Amino acid sequence: MTPDTAAHPSDQPTDAPSNTVPASDERFSPLHQAHVDAGASFTDFAGWQMPVRYSSDLAEHHAVRTKAGIFDLSHMAEITVSGPDAGAFLDYALAGKLSAIDLLQAKYSLILNAAGGIIDDIVVYRTNAEDYLVVANAGNRFPAFEALSDRAARFDVTVTDQSDDVALVAVQGPVSRAILEATAGLTVDGDLSELKYYRALGGTFQDSDVLIARTGYTGEDGFELYIDVPAALALWDALRAAGEPFGLVPAGLASRDTLRLEAGMPLYGHELSVTGYPAQAGLGRVVNLAKGTDFIGRAASEEGPPADAAVLVGLVAAGKRAGRADYPVFRSADAPVAEGVITSGALSPTLGHPIAMAYVAPSLARPGTEVFVDVRGTRIPATVTPLPFYKRQK
Amino acid sequence: MADKTELQYTAEHEWVQVDGDTALVGITAYAADKLGDVVFVELPAVGSSVAAGTVVGEIESTKSVGELFAPVDGTVVETNDAVVDSPELVNSDPFGAGWLLKVSFTELPTLLSYSEYSALVGE
Repeated sequence: MTPDTAAHPSDQPTDAPSNTVPASDERFSPLHQAHVDAGASFTDFAGWQMPVRYSSDLAEHHAVRTKAGIFDLSHMAEITVSGPDAGAFLDYALAGKLSAIDLLQAKYSLILNAAGGIIDDIVVYRTNAEDYLVVANAGNRFPAFEALSDRAARFDVTVTDQSDDVALVAVQGPVSRAILEATAGLTVDGDLSELKYYRALGGTFQDSDVLIARTGYTGEDGFELYIDVPAALALWDALRAAGEPFGLVPAGLASRDTLRLEAGMPLYGHELSVTGYPAQAGLGRVVNLAKGTDFIGRAASEEGPPADAAVLVGLVAAGKRAGRADYPVFRSADAPVAEGVITSGALSPTLGHPIAMAYVAPSLARPGTEVFVDVRGTRIPATVTPLPFYKRQK
Repeated sequence: MADKTELQYTAEHEWVQVDGDTALVGITAYAADKLGDVVFVELPAVGSSVAAGTVVGEIESTKSVGELFAPVDGTVVETNDAVVDSPELVNSDPFGAGWLLKVSFTELPTLLSYSEYSALVGE
């Protein structure tokens, strides 16, 4: 038995044996020892050794859907933008209109290049009138910071990479709020029960400031907590202790990936890339062409992708054999040329059948279209379906 | 569950329990742990001929796909239907109820001992 490494693009958690001596450039989370103590298996993610699972990725997935899971996301990048021009600067540097968001509101956005390609997908929080927090993917920390810094020249703002100083812990699942409310030492400046999705509250944990956002990447209710690195371990332990009676389990990147896939959420490096346009990925709404000011990528976005550019769709299939990233998609069982490719795929733990996201030719993109996925030499029928695959009951 | 120290192993993380002219084959706990939760197992047909080192089946987890190699030349005489119905047996009992196939052979190739395999996986 050998794991098929071809099924794993380098930016995705892999299950390659990690019994080698760590290379000196490997990064470790401030919570690393807690993961070791909890029996985690680790995987390389953008140069970080992060938990891929603690015991069972399926059990961790189901825990998030039914109770709660706690994730260490300290590898993600935090970039602050501060100054009188912060809003105007972000309107120019990003695809969205960030000057318009409320204090303690969050917004999903994109850093585009001049050609309209995606440098990174990000979440932006307005933490004060003139302060924003930009959360970028771990693998895009430097491209994102570089793009923001380069674009700041004519604005009165300071762009700072705080990634080494900020830890991020997510509690996700239907009982998340009860867990936060029961966490010793955590004080919230407001009422979590009234906190809306994509809104945040300030607070303190012990003596440290914490930003508590109702955001996530699992398709469930949940929270993401940003805290300074020195206090992160105590927060992790306090959340776990409070969560134990509620069924909270530590969850690794393997379950995070199947959870976000079921929720139809794109992952940079899979569904998103610097050569892909937002419109192809169904993110046209994130590019605010109506905002009235210029922004990097505007002209290319107005022009849009070519009419024959592939578009992102969902695929569902019967049986248990899942199409996976890089598997080709065909129009028919005997078509000689592929007209699509899977970007993420798995046997859905919640739904019990294979699901995938794929870029396909526009003529194959209509929901209900029958296509064929080449699963290691066997063409398996699949049906184009709207995203997401899974939507929680509210 | 077999005594792990009495089994023979391959570098592809499979174990082999020899009984006369048949070999019972499964994957090791190390391999099962690296795969994660196994969700699909495909095994060769009973009666099919297999050649040592060739792919005869697949073991899929949520995250990855593993190939199953025949450790010996021979004929498949039995496969584990229980593991096809309940792939999680590969994780919960890799050396026991999670066995995969039984192959009759005429000649046994050189395989790894328990200590050699343990050294290979650094345990």
